[in-house]
Amino acid sequence: MEQINVEIIVNLSYILASMLFIFGLKMLGSPETARRGNLISSSGMLLAVIVTLLDQSIVDYRWIIGGLCIGASIGYLAATRVKMTSMPEMVALFNGFGGIASLLVGSAEYLNSVNQNSSLLMAIYLTVLIGGVTFSGSLVAWGKLSETINGKPFLYKGQQIVNSFLLIFLVIAGMEMVFIQGMFTDTQIQILILICLFAFLLGILFVIPIGGADMPVVIALLNSFSGLAACAAGFVILNNVLIVSGALVGASGLILTNIMCKAMNRSLANVLFSGFGSVTESNNKQNQVQGEVRPINISDSFLILEAAASVLIIPGYGMAVAQAQHSVRELGELLENNGTEVKYAIHPVAGRMPGHMNVLLAEANVSYDLLVEPDDVNPVMETTDVCIVIGANDVVNPDAKENEGSPIYGMPIIEVDRAKTVFVLKRSMAAGFAGIENPLFFKSNTRMLFGDAKESVSSLVAEFKG
Amino acid sequence: MESQITLLFFVLVLSVFLGFELISKVPSTLHTPLMSGANAISGITLVGALLASGSGSLSQPVSVLLGTAAVTFATINVVGGYLVTNRMLGMFKKKDSE
Repeated sequence: MEQINVEIIVNLSYILASMLFIFGLKMLGSPETARRGNLISSSGMLLAVIVTLLDQSIVDYRWIIGGLCIGASIGYLAATRVKMTSMPEMVALFNGFGGIASLLVGSAEYLNSVNQNSSLLMAIYLTVLIGGVTFSGSLVAWGKLSETINGKPFLYKGQQIVNSFLLIFLVIAGMEMVFIQGMFTDTQIQILILICLFAFLLGILFVIPIGGADMPVVIALLNSFSGLAACAAGFVILNNVLIVSGALVGASGLILTNIMCKAMNRSLANVLFSGFGSVTESNNKQNQVQGEVRPINISDSFLILEAAASVLIIPGYGMAVAQAQHSVRELGELLENNGTEVKYAIHPVAGRMPGHMNVLLAEANVSYDLLVEPDDVNPVMETTDVCIVIGANDVVNPDAKENEGSPIYGMPIIEVDRAKTVFVLKRSMAAGFAGIENPLFFKSNTRMLFGDAKESVSSLVAEFKG
Repeated sequence: MESQITLLFFVLVLSVFLGFELISKVPSTLHTPLMSGANAISGITLVGALLASGSGSLSQPVSVLLGTAAVTFATINVVGGYLVTNRMLGMFKKKDSE
């Protein structure tokens, strides 16, 4: 009788935990409530963990305590020490940890469970497969984002054939796992290791061809996978709370993936399989942009900015690299004090992760109601006096609207070329990440402010103060 | 057993729809915290890890070892994920309200 009561309490608590996750995610939908939402979601997690510890089948707490302590310390240190500019690689790494944890849970159940029917084995197989792909894929993404490995797309001949073979092997190994019953433990371990290795390899091969500029899509997708892996693990241990939360994460990751793809006007298949940067190189030789570049110096730009009534700042990955967000905020404030209307236009795929620029500007204390989306600013672009493009390139490339031969044709952009004046802060005339020429630099209303983004902005700030 | 799985599938399908409904309303400003917050939730696999790690002498030593490794990774994911999300969200401020 007492055992039944405990079981009911545990299950009711799992339902409560699921509700807390749902409320938490809902509250993440608005900046005012987001922080409380995160707290609510974490209290759901705490509840789920505590009631699980009451479970009758747990007889030995020593290992658990060890694992919890080590994990919590590492997590705490990582979360408090990481720089905001390194957030994309951090999120990628955490995705990977979620994946490997699900893989390990699946493996432990595989070696342990007595009653192995085919639906359980199928769930174990999916958990190990998705978890493994998430883990190795996330590690590659982390490597690319932190520039431990080359961020350029890596393509080779016969890539599709290698991937197809790998998939066939995985299906065969999976069928062996699911349909051959009553194997010896040794055989089980062998087949498990084989599936893990195949899954790791698949994850590596899946992310390695994708270039740095396409990373927002990849991270969002891996985020979705880490949820699906947890969901599959839920089918292994027949637990509702894992399935609900895994599915929520899976769905949210898919939505973000979809938003990122739409923002680049490309299909998911195109992002995953075409290795963007390398394909386009042959393309631009035919339509080299001709024209004159007009450089500008700091004091002239200061005079123009001082007289401007409205200024739009368009940040890109270059701002993150130069760590210029604090100087940018300072410039924005000085302009506001001077009576200028200042807004920040952020393209959904600017940076290396969804919302990357928003986080950096928030870190620098820019009020979030000044951050606007392309659809908000494009209709009133003609009335904007000055657009300052800081380290962004492809998201302001007019070729996306005008040149049908361009690889980014059709991508929604921030149409700064229609503003009265455009300042482009850039190190040199080298092409952007995707290797595409940008005719914006040659337009008559564009002025190039060459140099390090942070130094240029700081000099402008100094002009305003002096 | 089979009916239980059917029921779980039912839960899965409903949750996916709920997830789509919930997330499609999140503004792009919050996409990064949303991702790291969702990522922390995916650490719920910790529940499974705890069961495997704590099964003690009832199960094979390898399983306990795998389970403990899973507890470690999942805890990094949960603790790190929630803390970093909280840290990020703490920076999103509106000037007028201060």
